[in-house]
Order: sequence, then C-alpha cells, then structure tokens
Amino acid sequence: MEFLTAIFVSPFIEIYEYPLFFIEVVLGGLLAGVMYSLVALGFVLIFKASGVFNFAQGAMVLFAALTLVGLIEHGFPIWLALISTIIVMIALAMAIEKVVLRKLVNQEPIILFMATIGLSYFLDGFGQTLWGSDVKVLDLGIPNAPIEFLGILVNQFDLVAAASAGTLVAVLAIFFQKTRIGRALRAVADDHQAALSVGIPLKTIWAIVWAVAGLVGLVAGIMWGTKLGVQFTLTLVALKALPVLILGGFTSIPGAIIGGLIIGMGEKVAEVFWGAAFGGAIEDWFAYMLALAFLLFRPQGLFGEKIIERV
Amino acid sequence: MTENGSPLLTVNNIEVIYDHVILVLKGVSLEVSEGGVVALLGANGAGKSTTLKAISNLLGAERGDVTKGNIEYRGERIDKLTPSDLVKKGVVQVMEGRHCFEHLTVEENLLTGAYTRTDGASAINQSLEKVYHYFPGLKERRTSQAGYTSGGEQQMTAVGRALMANPTMILLDEPSMGLAPQLVEEIFEIVDALNKNEGVSFLLAEQNTMVALKHADFGYILENGRVVMEGDAKSLAENEDVKEFYLGLSSGARKSFRDVKHYRRRKRWLA
Ligand SMILES: Nc1ncnc2c1ncn2[C@@H]1O[C@H](COP(=O)(O)OP(=O)(O)O)[C@@H](O)[C@H]1O
Ligand SMILES: [Mg+2]
Repeated sequence: MEFLTAIFVSPFIEIYEYPLFFIEVVLGGLLAGVMYSLVALGFVLIFKASGVFNFAQGAMVLFAALTLVGLIEHGFPIWLALISTIIVMIALAMAIEKVVLRKLVNQEPIILFMATIGLSYFLDGFGQTLWGSDVKVLDLGIPNAPIEFLGILVNQFDLVAAASAGTLVAVLAIFFQKTRIGRALRAVADDHQAALSVGIPLKTIWAIVWAVAGLVGLVAGIMWGTKLGVQFTLTLVALKALPVLILGGFTSIPGAIIGGLIIGMGEKVAEVFWGAAFGGAIEDWFAYMLALAFLLFRPQGLFGEKIIERV
Repeated sequence: MTENGSPLLTVNNIEVIYDHVILVLKGVSLEVSEGGVVALLGANGAGKSTTLKAISNLLGAERGDVTKGNIEYRGERIDKLTPSDLVKKGVVQVMEGRHCFEHLTVEENLLTGAYTRTDGASAINQSLEKVYHYFPGLKERRTSQAGYTSGGEQQMTAVGRALMANPTMILLDEPSMGLAPQLVEEIFEIVDALNKNEGVSFLLAEQNTMVALKHADFGYILENGRVVMEGDAKSLAENEDVKEFYLGLSSGARKSFRDVKHYRRRKRWLA
C-alpha cells in the first residue's frame, strides 16, 4: 500500500506543490536528452545510408573528444584544435570506407555489424594510445553554472549545448533536403541499386555519411566530455542511444531527436519524483524499460519510416 | 544489323556467373547501332536482366561477374568501369520493377538522375522541362512522394530519371511489367519519340514480345542464357517459331526452341 502511494499519489502531490521545480526537472531532462539525440542521430545516419548498425558510434564520440582534448593539451588554441579534429574525423570516415566498408560490400548485415565492433575496439585502443587513458578535463570556457530565468533555474552549459545541437540539426536538415549530395544521400537510403543505376557512387556517399556521423559524434563528444570528463565511459553513453533508437525508429532522424528528448526528460522526471519509491537509481534502467515497452507495442518506433506498399 | 551506321554497343560472347558458381549467361553476343532500338526477348529467367546489368556494370552489386567475353561502347572496353563512369559516358539503365526512390518526390527522383552532370543548374533545368514535356503527367505529380504514385507514373519517373543524365543509350528493363496495355503502348510511344527526337538508342528487355517487336528495329531472343535467334524486328515478328512460342499465336503448349527440329540454333557463342 505504501509502495502504491509512493508511485501513484506522492509524486503527483509533489509536482502539484512545486510546479516550478517540476519544470526545472523537465527542462534539465530535455537538455540532457539533446545529447542522447545527437548520439542516436549518428547511428541513424549510418544505418539509413548503408544499412550498417554502427556499433562504433560510441567509440567515435570518444575518439573525437580525445583528439580534441589531446590537441588542446598540446597547446593548440581551441579553434585550431576544433578544425583539426574535424579534419581528423573526416579522414577517419574516409579510411573506414576504404579499409572496412569497401571490402565488405554485399556482405550480410551481421558481418558488417561485427566489423563495426572490431572498429569500436580499435578506435578505443588507438585513441587512448595516442592521447593517454587518464580522465581528461574538457573546458571550452562555457560556464557550467545555473542561471535563473523567469524564476526557473537552468544550466547555462546545457543551454549552449542545446542551442549548438539545434543548429547542427538544422544545418543537417537543410543539407539533406536542399543539396545535390543530400538528395543523393536520401536516394541511397531508399534504394542502393537504383542509386547505383543513376550513377550515384555509393562509396563516396558512404564516406560522406560516416564523416557527417563523425562530426555529429564530435559535437556529442564535446558535450558529454565537458560534463563527464573525457574518458572511456563516454563509449557507454552510446548504449543509451539504443533505447532512443528503439523509441524513435532506426531510420528516422526526427525520431532520433524526439526519442532522445523523451528519454532524457523521462529518466530525469522518473528519478526525481519516482526514485524514492524504487529506492533510487531509476535513471540507470528507466530508458531500457521504456524501450522494452515500445518493443512490445510499437516495434517500428514512434517515427519508424512508413513502408510504402503499393503495386 | 540495323541499317544506320556503326555499332554503338557491342557485347562479345559474355559469360556471367553469380556467387562464383551459378552460370547464367553462357555466351551472349549482341549489337546496338547508333540510333537503334533493339529488343532483347525471352521468357522469365532467360537472362535478359543479367545481360543489361552486365552492360551497365550493376552486376557487381549482386555478386555477379562477367567471366568471359567483353563489352564495348563506341569501340572502347567498358566492362571495368563503375556504373557511375558509365552514366557519365551516356549509358543508363532503367531497372526492372522501376526502383523509384519511394520517399523522394517525383521531381527529386528526376533530379537524382542528373547527379553525374557537371554542366550546371540551368542545363539541368532544361532537361527537367524536357522530361515534363515528354511526361506531362509527371509535372502534375512533381511534389508527390514517388512511393505513392501509380505504377505507370513510377515507370515514367524511372525513364524520366534516366533521361536526366542526358544519355545516348538507355538500357530499359521490362517497362511493360504490370502495366495496363494502354499504358504500355503509351510508354513505348515515348520510347519511339525519344529515339526519333533526342537520338537516344535503346536496348530493351521485354517479355511482351509483340509490343517490343512493334517498336524495335532489331531483336534477339534469349533462352537459358544463350541467344537462340536474332533478326529484324519485322522478320522476327513474322517468324513461325516466334509466333508459336512467344506471341502465343498457336494453340499448342509452349515448348522450347530446342525441341524444334527445323530450327538450327545459331551457335554464335561458339564462334
Ligand atoms: N543475383 C542473382 N544471384 C543468383 N542467380 C541469379 C541472380 N539474378 C538472377 N539470377 C538467375 O539468373 C537467371 C536469369 O535471370 P534474369 O537475368 O533475371 O532473367 P530475366 O531478366 O530474363 O527474367 C535466372 O535463373 C535467375 O534465377
Ligand atoms: Mg528480368
């Protein structure tokens, strides 16, 4: 009985009594969710364009963050370190296309998936060999302190992070919808064979998609790295992208974004208001439970691409 | 060959193997002359699509391989080129089953056809207008998602998309498939018009022998990965065996050419 009250009554009383606090929690959750969205976005891009479930997305996030911090530690000014990291991520994407994907073209998805597991270990190891394995502090000079806005406390860094992520997504959307390459990317995502038949070179497109996923990974890496420190556990953040993908659908870009927001918000609200009922640490498993529920009732996800059937 | 001029495309005795073991083409030779419309006929599974994909180099993506023979376009070997290079040279395939990009609009589908072009936006816009001129129906549907258009509209989108590459030659695979006779006729009339007005040569694979021979000037009949007969479209259409086996004009059960005593198979592929 006490347990039921803790689930069905007390949290709502609390929300009712402290509405501003509730809004703060929701906002904080949404802002954290932005970062899940970014990691999930990297997965979706690659999955859509090449049908590869890229297990190495988390490793790419870590690798990008490590490279950035490493360069800054070596005395690069921040802007130069950023540009250099972007170049490194693009070069990495091209190398992955040449060394891994090109050799495995036409193989079963499971083989490609295993290749990305290998890639993931390689990137983890290689990044740490290059830059060392101690936890690094990433500080781009953005204040990590709450400010008050209409009586609500929000973290400044989260705001900047969300704004950057929003800009990135908007730029990507324009790129996909309005440019020749973007159109070709969507064409490849729809039908590889047909894309080949009109002369779209798959290999170039794959390299571009991996590069874009690498850049998205870099932005995610900067955000997570600033929050948690740049360290091995960043790759585990990528695991959180899995429930986001299940929620949003593996092929939907809006799905990845909204899925991330829902999970970020959901787990914060659950933790703060329902945590006590479950003895805390809901945050660790809430996302997976939500994903499980989705798998049961809506396996294509919220926005899983409609399969157009028409004869 | 057809009356007008030198061969644009020559396929010399090619053998195609899928998955390293499945031998599908057992020596196919054919020619398409500049400005020609050539029909590649034969029953389901004869190897028509495989032949077209061998030419356009789309075989690689299906684990198929040309293991013997060669393919020349304007006297130049093309069997090692990528599909993209080939499109740049002016050879485009319209695949069987149309293969439109379902989630792209009709116009976006058309624009993907111009991917390899480097002659600028205004030239591409002109081509777009040209496509809309030949397919006025597509203009009305330009903002619809291709996946939601009708079979006929999808076929037109697929042909229009190929046209956007400014091709000299289109490899057209079973354009009539699944379409009502009236639409089939419409599509073939556009093929005629493109051939006459734009000088596009066609190699078209068809099971619909009657319609294909009506619009082609030369034809090859494939059976089991071999060319078993070739000739002017007219003479093929009047040939008794063709009538019997492919036009369904006789009452007897459909047999194979192999069973016909009086027909001497052309063993070009042994030459
Ligand atoms: N990707 C493939 N792998 C293995 N066999 C194939 C493949 N594609 C076609 N085939 C086989 O090759 C033969 C010829 O097929 P195809 O060229 O599609 O014939 P058609 O277009 O004349 O109907 C068929 O027996 C078919 O089963
Ligand atoms: Mg076929």
